[in-house]
Amino acid sequence: MNKILLIIQREFLNRVQKKSFLIATILLPLIFPAIMAILVYVAMEQKKNADKETIYYVDDSGFFVPDSSKFRFKKFDVDVNIAKRAFQEDNSSYGLLHIPRFDLAHPKGISLYTKVNPSPKEIGDIEYMLSNRIRELKMQKFNIDQRMLDSLKTDVSIQSINMSDEGLEKSSDSKVLFIVGMAGGILMYMFIFIYGAQIMQGIIEEKTSKVVEVIVSSVKPFQLMMGKIVGLASVGLLQFLIWIVLISTLTSVVLGYFGLEMPQQQMMNEMSQQNPAMQNQDMMEVLKLLGQIPFGFVIFNFLFYFLGGYLLYGALFAAVGSAVDSPAEAQQFMFPITIPMLISYFGLFTFILDDPHGPISVWLSIIPFTSPIAMMGRIAFGVPTWQLLLSMVSLIAGFMFTTWVAARIYRVGILMHGTKINYKVMAKWFMMKG
Amino acid sequence: MEALTAKNVTKRYTNHLALDNVTLTIPAQTIFGLLGPNGAGKTTFIRIINQIINSDSGEISIFGERLQQKHIGTIGYLPEERGLYKKLKVGEQLIYLARLKGLSRRDAVEKSKAWVKKFDVTEWWNKKVEDLSKGMAQKVQFISTVMHEPRLIILDEPFSGFDPVNAQIITHEILELKEKGCTIIFSTHRMETVEDLCDYIALIDKSKKILEGSKKQVKETYRTNTYWVEHKGSFNFSSPNYEVIEQRNVEDSFYKSVVRVNDGTSPNLLIRDLTALTEVHSFIEKIPTMSEIFISLVKGGRHE
Repeated sequence: MNKILLIIQREFLNRVQKKSFLIATILLPLIFPAIMAILVYVAMEQKKNADKETIYYVDDSGFFVPDSSKFRFKKFDVDVNIAKRAFQEDNSSYGLLHIPRFDLAHPKGISLYTKVNPSPKEIGDIEYMLSNRIRELKMQKFNIDQRMLDSLKTDVSIQSINMSDEGLEKSSDSKVLFIVGMAGGILMYMFIFIYGAQIMQGIIEEKTSKVVEVIVSSVKPFQLMMGKIVGLASVGLLQFLIWIVLISTLTSVVLGYFGLEMPQQQMMNEMSQQNPAMQNQDMMEVLKLLGQIPFGFVIFNFLFYFLGGYLLYGALFAAVGSAVDSPAEAQQFMFPITIPMLISYFGLFTFILDDPHGPISVWLSIIPFTSPIAMMGRIAFGVPTWQLLLSMVSLIAGFMFTTWVAARIYRVGILMHGTKINYKVMAKWFMMKG
Repeated sequence: MEALTAKNVTKRYTNHLALDNVTLTIPAQTIFGLLGPNGAGKTTFIRIINQIINSDSGEISIFGERLQQKHIGTIGYLPEERGLYKKLKVGEQLIYLARLKGLSRRDAVEKSKAWVKKFDVTEWWNKKVEDLSKGMAQKVQFISTVMHEPRLIILDEPFSGFDPVNAQIITHEILELKEKGCTIIFSTHRMETVEDLCDYIALIDKSKKILEGSKKQVKETYRTNTYWVEHKGSFNFSSPNYEVIEQRNVEDSFYKSVVRVNDGTSPNLLIRDLTALTEVHSFIEKIPTMSEIFISLVKGGRHE
């Protein structure tokens, strides 16, 4: 037992003392907000400095009223063919809009001539402008008053309320939960992959440098394997915690600089001020919802499923690492391991987030191989306690099972060099007596 | 007292028998040569002693006790396939390996510093192993094998990768360890090492032990009753008591011959008979080298 601790400590220090760990841990959270800040800044600058494009128009219909909020419109009172020729020679203008005489019911033949391909947004802006104008004309024609139209329109918004087991009513908004679930699932996928691959790499290194024979003359192969897996898990947890702290501080600093605030903080500010003049009702709702997501609970579950999923897959990665002589050789065995992960990862986007309480989603979140990612997708939507407990217990059973299988392959594999490996050979090792 | 006894040790892998009923006794404070061709089962036997793998049947005891977990610190093992953590510094590495053998942190630091000083490699302490030459890494590995003061040291091809100067240093170290009371098991192909250093040997071939004993005994057993004779003037025997196996002209009328003395006669009688035939310049028994014994036994086995 003592020796496992020694190995855990060694593995932990080996990774944490590396420059690459420092870089990944400190710089990554710096880089993300930095990129975000730069993008926001550039976008803001661009908007400020953007010059409106000039569009000439030839209006044969006589209905067009230019709206100069997006473009600078200049009327051309000539025949369209002459206008076209003039436009061809002119370099300062962006486009030539031709509005022929048209039937209000079926407006046809409106064309925009440009020298570069216009973006969908620009076309959309012009189309919107025209259809608005036509609508106005039609209203006049049918004698419809704008006020009458407004009074016809009724805004219905459903507030969905989740009656939890405890009888508490919680408002829920699937959009916010969707994002929380997606972020959790993707993070889980990345973490399991990155750290699982590191276990494998470490074992291949030990095997190829032949140091493993010296080590297993001092400790049991199982101790070495577990020491490595747990050591790396502790590195992963440390890294995750540092990221949470760094990202949340940095984002609030960066967003604060641009006059935005972290949603939670903003909500707290709003609540403390009891601002009655809150204009944006939707925003208010979202903030209220964010506040209602039990982040502590989500993070606890994330850590549990990260550990469980990591141990489960880590053992399999360890088995593969022990069997092969090089990372290249490991590729072929990685694929079957990654299939359940991929299933749950794609399932996350295709049905888990859309229908978190559907039978497939429920089963994927209970089966140990897919549960870490699937459960992350569901967790924010509220999961019945029995499902959560069943899923957790089967995850624990699952990693005990994979660890047992992996250990049997590992103890033989690490001492084998230059053997041609396939599944049959691994099965043979598995069956081998101590 | 015996450092190690193995009784009827058998190990079977799925499609072959790696060790077949091997029984061995290794006396304490000796250098014991474990010989055998590649694939004979030496490494399997060593791994069983190191508890890396378990035997299927048979019993092994170390210094009178049944082999068990606690003996890990009693044994120092230098595998044939050497290896250290490449990215780890020499000092950290030595301390880590010693602690895995059960030393406390303080002892591990103290002992590794002492050994590094003894080998005059103090300046490597903060160097990563990947920056060392092969010979340097071998020295570090040797230190890691013996620094926890094991009573039984197992060295698998210890001299491979050493230049003659370093081999000399290691040889000196091994003899010193033996003086201090350690028992050393050598697994090697290099017969000159066996000739120079080993007190006892065992030969394993095709999973079976086919020879065991002190070097002297073994040589006694495999003496061939042949003698080197240097003489002036050629000769030949008519008597069936002797047989000339080889006669070579060295220069002018000087010859060197190998003569076998058949049963029922003695070297003294041979000398008497030779003086009548030729002018004898030297007469010495042709003692078989370990290499010859090894080859004849292993080859003999192959012909069966």
